[in-house]
Amino acid sequence: MTEDKVVEVKRLVKWFPIRKGFLYTFLSGRELFVHAVDDISFEVRTKEIFGLAGESGSGKTTTGRLLLRLTEPTGGNIYFHNQDITKTSDSDMRGLRRKMQMIFQDPYESLNPRMLIQDIVAEPLRVQKIGNEEEVQEKVAQGLEDVELIPPEEFLHRYPHELSGGQRQRVAVARAFVLNPEFIVADEPVSMLDVSIRAEILNLMTDLVEKFGASFLYITHDLALARHICNRLAVMYLGKIMEKAVTEKIVYEPLHPYTSALISAVPVPDPTTKRAETVIKGEIPSPVNPPSGCRFNTRCPIAEEVCRTKEPPLIDYGDEHYAACHLIRKPQWEKHMLTKH
Amino acid sequence: MALLDVQNLKTYYTTLRGFVKAVDEVDFRIEKGEALGLAGESGCGKTTVALSILRILPSGGRIVEGKILFKDDDLVQLGETQIRKNIRWKGISIVFQGAMNALNPVYKVGDQIIEAILTHESDVSKREATERAQKLFEMVGIEPSRADNYPHEFSGGMRQRALIAMSLACNPELLIADEPGTALDVIVQAQVLKLLRELKTKLNLTMILITHDLSIIAETCTKTAIMYAGKIVEYGDITAIFKEPLHPYAQGLLGAFPSIRAARMRMESIPGYPPDLLDPPTGCRFHPRCSYAMDVCKKVEPKLVDISKTEHRVACHLIEKA
Repeated sequence: MTEDKVVEVKRLVKWFPIRKGFLYTFLSGRELFVHAVDDISFEVRTKEIFGLAGESGSGKTTTGRLLLRLTEPTGGNIYFHNQDITKTSDSDMRGLRRKMQMIFQDPYESLNPRMLIQDIVAEPLRVQKIGNEEEVQEKVAQGLEDVELIPPEEFLHRYPHELSGGQRQRVAVARAFVLNPEFIVADEPVSMLDVSIRAEILNLMTDLVEKFGASFLYITHDLALARHICNRLAVMYLGKIMEKAVTEKIVYEPLHPYTSALISAVPVPDPTTKRAETVIKGEIPSPVNPPSGCRFNTRCPIAEEVCRTKEPPLIDYGDEHYAACHLIRKPQWEKHMLTKH
Repeated sequence: MALLDVQNLKTYYTTLRGFVKAVDEVDFRIEKGEALGLAGESGCGKTTVALSILRILPSGGRIVEGKILFKDDDLVQLGETQIRKNIRWKGISIVFQGAMNALNPVYKVGDQIIEAILTHESDVSKREATERAQKLFEMVGIEPSRADNYPHEFSGGMRQRALIAMSLACNPELLIADEPGTALDVIVQAQVLKLLRELKTKLNLTMILITHDLSIIAETCTKTAIMYAGKIVEYGDITAIFKEPLHPYAQGLLGAFPSIRAARMRMESIPGYPPDLLDPPTGCRFHPRCSYAMDVCKKVEPKLVDISKTEHRVACHLIEKA
């Protein structure tokens, strides 16, 4: 089974220090941290689309950046093809980045406004010193064609401001795929785009992932989209993974109360179906001082005493359906307990 | 009689490069107690419709033609003073898009609501206004004691609630909510929409909900108007439209909203990009992106025609033929 993991993270932690000033730290004797990612483990398998879903502030973007070492982890390990890259030097990382690429959320921010489209797409090739100028040009044209910016000649000599949001995101996709990477992180790649264009970009990305045989980490807050794109999903809340399973399991048989709440909060585009009117209260608490015990206990509709004191571990409830909750009593769980003791 | 009847509304923006026909020949009506969903992509003119109704268009924007009948008045003809005195807040109020920016950061949230009440109802004392603000806070689910907080002390969801409270300050009959769920997290969005639905029933409000998210309309509204490039392309009862959208754009838009409950599928997409409204395509404005486009679509603009007795109207040559 170890063979089919492209990227694996074990007990990954990222705390960002908050600067409160010397006097505060000196007097209070402690430093404050934003617990952005707090001890998460998962793996992305070969040729799969793995989704990381959650509300804003759940740590999903930080996780994506950590995987590519764009942010340095505070603890834990990241493996790429079973090779620990947590401590890899910057120069060695550069070589690895040929195989790991990222698509950012905002195509208005992620493309250098002073570069021509051809240079934007060619930059990864030049940084990695792949091919001579002729080959680079050829690959860039091919890349633009792959993202359906046709004919490429019409776009090569333009600047990002001359393109629409959807076209820009296509350029960003072309840039990510031009190195033929094995692993791509896409951080909310369509959330800034108009609805009619969203579907096209998503279809384009999933097609390219298939065509190049790449593995894909899709970070999103939109569960309805994740449902139709991802093979497996992990639901994050305040830096923790609450539930992790095959997408169908998450959507149809959620185990964790947070996942159920999240799923039932997604509006359904069908006026004849009425969804449950129960909506959980409150908003996501501050990650500076996360609740003790289970992090969801402050909003959980079924929280008990144990939830406030003890942190629930992420346990496999059968068929690789993981959940972190004290109050799950599924038959599989009892079976699991029986076999263990 | 309809509470609001918009007839042949045309709103243009003057720019250095010419007129942007943001809203072009838009017709719709809302009966009392109804909720109409105005859907479309950014730039389709849905917010401009709202701004035209309240007559708060930014400089350069102008209602060129048309009528906006609200009860007995034509809002297009009314003078600025009358609009301010009788219509805004009291008759029609709006919850602006982007709860983050719609509150003044240097005033307490409660004071902003009190100010709105005092400005529009001169016979109300400060104390009465304060009491009413407290009640409004309670109604939208915020601790009344939080009225002394500044907007930055509120979370996104609370700011949106405060804006809803403010919009209800002078008991309007018609509430316009512009993208009320956008920029909020799913759960908070569900909370806000639930609140809007409850308030609508409780206060017997008439509502226009502006959003790009069709699933929100499906859950909240009774009727919907789908706009494309400044025009309404399909209008009618939500059950009819969601079950069987007739306009190719409406079909595409619905296809772009997969249901989380549905089996895994490939999303449908609409090729191309929305047009530049400085120079919209001739004929049907959707024809460059339409897979069914015929010759006539490039030349003749389709009219919004009623295709059934239930006020299901579509602007498409394909439908006219059939």
